[in-house]
Amino acid sequence: MAYSDKVIDHYSNPRNVGTLDKSKKSVGTGLVGAPECGDVMRLQIEVDENNVITDAKFKTFGCGSAIASSSLATEWLKGKSIDDALTIDNMDIVEELALPPVKIHCSVLAEDAIKSAINDYRVKNGMEAIELEKSHH
Amino acid sequence: MLKTPIYLDNNATTPMDPRVLEAMLPYFTEKFGNAASRNHPFGWVAEEGVDYAREQVAKLIGASEKEIIFTSGATESDNLAIKGVYEMYKDKGNHIITLTTEHKAVLDACKHLEKLGANITYLDVESDGLVDLRKLEAAITDQTILVAIMYANNEIGVIQPVKEIAAIAHKHGALYFTDAVQAVGKIPVDVIADGIDLLALSAHKMYGPKGVGALYVRRKNPRVKVTSQMDGGGHERGMRSGTLNVPGIVGLGKACELCYNEMEEEAVRLSTLRDKLEKSLTELEESYVNGNPAHRLPHTANISFKYVEGEGLMMAMKDMAVSSGSACTSASLEPSYVLKSLGLSDDLAHSSIRFGLGRFTTEEEVDFAIENTKKAVLHLRELSPLWEMFKEGIDLDKIEWAEH
Repeated sequence: MAYSDKVIDHYSNPRNVGTLDKSKKSVGTGLVGAPECGDVMRLQIEVDENNVITDAKFKTFGCGSAIASSSLATEWLKGKSIDDALTIDNMDIVEELALPPVKIHCSVLAEDAIKSAINDYRVKNGMEAIELEKSHH
Repeated sequence: MLKTPIYLDNNATTPMDPRVLEAMLPYFTEKFGNAASRNHPFGWVAEEGVDYAREQVAKLIGASEKEIIFTSGATESDNLAIKGVYEMYKDKGNHIITLTTEHKAVLDACKHLEKLGANITYLDVESDGLVDLRKLEAAITDQTILVAIMYANNEIGVIQPVKEIAAIAHKHGALYFTDAVQAVGKIPVDVIADGIDLLALSAHKMYGPKGVGALYVRRKNPRVKVTSQMDGGGHERGMRSGTLNVPGIVGLGKACELCYNEMEEEAVRLSTLRDKLEKSLTELEESYVNGNPAHRLPHTANISFKYVEGEGLMMAMKDMAVSSGSACTSASLEPSYVLKSLGLSDDLAHSSIRFGLGRFTTEEEVDFAIENTKKAVLHLRELSPLWEMFKEGIDLDKIEWAEH
């Protein structure tokens, strides 16, 4: 199976790899997936007082498409409010990266990671957690 | 100059040796006859080519040429052996023993027979990939007609104790069939010394063409028969109908001859290169060789690089072709069933890479592979949250992962 140019680009030059200090109140962390399933994503956001995402970092254990999906997600998150960030849909990622059907689960995982990071931030800052629909990968 | 990409997936298939191609070429054009045409020289010439190939194949495995049935490849040979023995001997019993680490062609042929009333035992292997002979013997019943255990495994390269397996099968009146696709032409295989009753082999795993293989069917002590699975002109002593693939068969014969002449030397060269590769790569932290290190094919290495996912790793190992036990591409997300049978945890199975060296692999290529793989592993570990957690001393087994 050949990878799309965009997957290769994100895979070869991943954006925003790294770690934010998860003990900080302004940082939300999402850790999704499982080693047994062959993919784990950790996505972190740093949010300012206006609930705008100022920084995003990721680390991913997984295939090229999983790495590209999370790299792309961090790019999209920066500058968005946490409410706007919730509207990122996995199919947007599928479309942008031209993921084949067998790799759709990578985009689902990225969406889960975004929501999970936002929820972590919300709970830390006294907001209610958003109800997440249970995704089926 | 190193030509990239380099090919280190010789357990999947091998490039054809130019000497094989040369032997085949006349049989596509001027020697095009049907080997079954008995009444004119075109047929005779083709038949001569086939007869010679039959001798070349037989010689490589210590058989007589009358015991070689040509097929379209090992999948067909596996099917013919297992289904053919079951149909021929089912009045004597309906039990077959095989391994969970067999090739799908063997496992699925067995599954097919289960639907027809066969009773199949799928034996687990030990953590080194080898069968426990006591467990094998304990699994045998008075209904056992066949033991089907591969010679060497395609993913990890471990070599089963074939002689001992054969002895146990025979002691209890069962036949022994072995899928020897990965072993023939790589290590000495002798059907008499090993006590093999049926053996499957394939040309394209030993520098021959795709689409041709053979099944060895023993003719004496005991005389073994298989019921044909394809009806037609009664070719191959009635066991496999269908016009013979003469160029392919000639190519298989030549490939066997080359292996017979060269494999001893080649095995030494390849195991030296494989050991170099393995030694260098296991210098990386948290990397593990899968499969019994002593009983192994000379050219195969299967290594798990913990905290890195295999498919992502292959993508980073630019300019080299290898394979992985990870199954990120399959809808099931299930990693290699062979590695799981060794008791490897799923995450280690997902982290595995198989390196398959071959006749045309050079030391320069192996050096390139070492550097390239090391770089890729280190790069991906920088990206891996699991590596970071491991380095922080977090026990990953204690985390509640969201299984998906």
